[in-house]
Amino acid sequence: MLRIPCPWCGPRDEPEFRWGGEVPLVRPGPPQAVTESAWAEYLFMRDNPKGLVRERWLHTLGCRQWFIVVRNTATHEIQATSALGDPLPEIRP
Amino acid sequence: MRRLWLPNYTYVYTMTHIRTEQSAAMRFSALALARNAASFHENWPQLWRSPTPQSRYDVIIVGGGGHGLATAYYLAKEHGISKVAVIERGWLGGGNTGRNTTVVRSNYFYPESAHFYDFALRLYEGLSRELGFNVMLSQRGMLTIGHSAHHLELLARWVNALQLNGVDGELLNADQVREWLPLLNNSAAARYPLRGGLLQRRGGIARHDAVAWGYARAADALGVDVIQNCEVLGFIRDGERIVGVETTQGQLRAPKIALAVAGHSSVLAAKAGFRLPVTSYALQAFVTEPVKPVLSCVALSMATGVYLSQSDKGELVVGGGLDLYPSYAQRGNLPTLQGVVAGLLELFPCFSRLRLLRQWAGIVDVVHDSTPIIDKAPVSGIYLNCGWGTGGFKAIPGGGFVFAHLLATDRPHKLAEGFTLKRFASGALIDEAAAAGISH
Ligand SMILES: Cc1cc2nc3c(=O)[nH]c(=O)nc-3n(C[C@H](O)[C@H](O)[C@H](O)COP(=O)(O)OP(=O)(O)OC[C@H]3O[C@@H](n4cnc5c(N)ncnc54)[C@H](O)[C@@H]3O)c2cc1C
Ligand SMILES: [Zn+2]
Repeated sequence: MLRIPCPWCGPRDEPEFRWGGEVPLVRPGPPQAVTESAWAEYLFMRDNPKGLVRERWLHTLGCRQWFIVVRNTATHEIQATSALGDPLPEIRP
Repeated sequence: MRRLWLPNYTYVYTMTHIRTEQSAAMRFSALALARNAASFHENWPQLWRSPTPQSRYDVIIVGGGGHGLATAYYLAKEHGISKVAVIERGWLGGGNTGRNTTVVRSNYFYPESAHFYDFALRLYEGLSRELGFNVMLSQRGMLTIGHSAHHLELLARWVNALQLNGVDGELLNADQVREWLPLLNNSAAARYPLRGGLLQRRGGIARHDAVAWGYARAADALGVDVIQNCEVLGFIRDGERIVGVETTQGQLRAPKIALAVAGHSSVLAAKAGFRLPVTSYALQAFVTEPVKPVLSCVALSMATGVYLSQSDKGELVVGGGLDLYPSYAQRGNLPTLQGVVAGLLELFPCFSRLRLLRQWAGIVDVVHDSTPIIDKAPVSGIYLNCGWGTGGFKAIPGGGFVFAHLLATDRPHKLAEGFTLKRFASGALIDEAAAAGISH
């Protein structure tokens, strides 16, 4: 069970949240200039690292805000969280 | 000591002595069983050698799960390529192959998957004989349960696809499902009422370890080096090409490196400098204490995603959906376990007194369309077998067969032509996830 410190609500249990993917993930554009392989990179290709990763989470059953989590996928340790508008937190190795 | 009173002690000793020296090619037979009974089964030969790695191979396969081992076997058997090494970080089958709930079936929706998975199931049907190793295939039937009018429509659409693709499958009405699953919650108040089902009679289960061991033994007998406790740490490059692997047991070189590492595909891809459309999740399974026979088929509920079968020992083997976020922690988290158990008890309230004996997880390689990738990697010298996600055990004989074909001929096998990486750019996805309406 993860305990995730929401930047707005404080620490809450995993079932209140929804995982929302790796960041940064920047949508390419304008659409007519984007190649098929650039779309594939954006839509499907992922780092999927074993270790620390920055990802977006949604506090579905709480404040319903998106925010950023730095998490270790090998240990499930949560290193930091931050609000969406803030600069992306650094990954401390 | 116990052998001393055997009248033919010398004879038994000499025979077993010779047997341990010879290769593992000895087939199991009633005669071999009787002979070994005479020496208390203490002298069976090792099933495969434990060779020291050579510095050069024609093909190096990374990953000693079912897919890696089957690939090695078919490379040697079908293509005469036996200067092959299978390199496994831990022990054979210690990844998803030895952690899975062993359901085999071929009731997929789209022609590409239906033809491929049915080919794999047909190979399973002859596998014990082919490998001389009992993989304990039990075609006890796979029953998907529908709980609503919408489910029945989906099932009808699905069974039509099966029949068009030449795969066996039949619709059952509620009474027929009840005959198959007498313990299923049948009360008027059931949260998931029973409306009907889809039965694939050729579906069932097989013994996961036996599949890995059978392929390992048969590949070894054809000259393949099966090397355990050897982790691939990185790749050796020659310009743009990958020409070998750095391992915990030194450098090994080969013109073709085949990755069959399931949930670790992205990790090795990153070391070779490319990315994959793969996300790694934990998938859990649970086993109850053993009880007398209560369940004759494999049952899957469309509403809960929970599925179960009963092992020969009497344990109920239960699985469900993925954990909720990417993970390489091979243990699984409590909320998913709770969800699966809740679903199980809605379906079978009478199981509420059973205790779970064991729980575990494997790290599975999920792609967006639930269709595998059997293709060359974007970096030359590397070949990919991944994307099996939650359902690649049933595919093992087929996956090994078509991957060996790609490695030997540099062309995709006819059955795997759609299983490319470029489908993610072209849009030619084979979206089994949405089509089949089930989690597995
Ligand atoms: C709980 C659970 C239930 C499942 N139930 C079913 C089911 O009922 N039916 C079904 O069809 N499928 C099922 N699956 C899926 C199925 O188990 C997998 O798709 C299949 O076993 C994959 O086989 P594989 O050989 O590709 O991978 P694995 O068996 O995982 O083998 C990959 C191997 O690569 C090794 N490896 C990784 N990195 C390295 C490295 N750097 N160097 C050397 N070796 C490395 C690993 O140690 C591992 O042994 C289930 C999976 C799980 C986890
Ligand atoms: Zn919150």
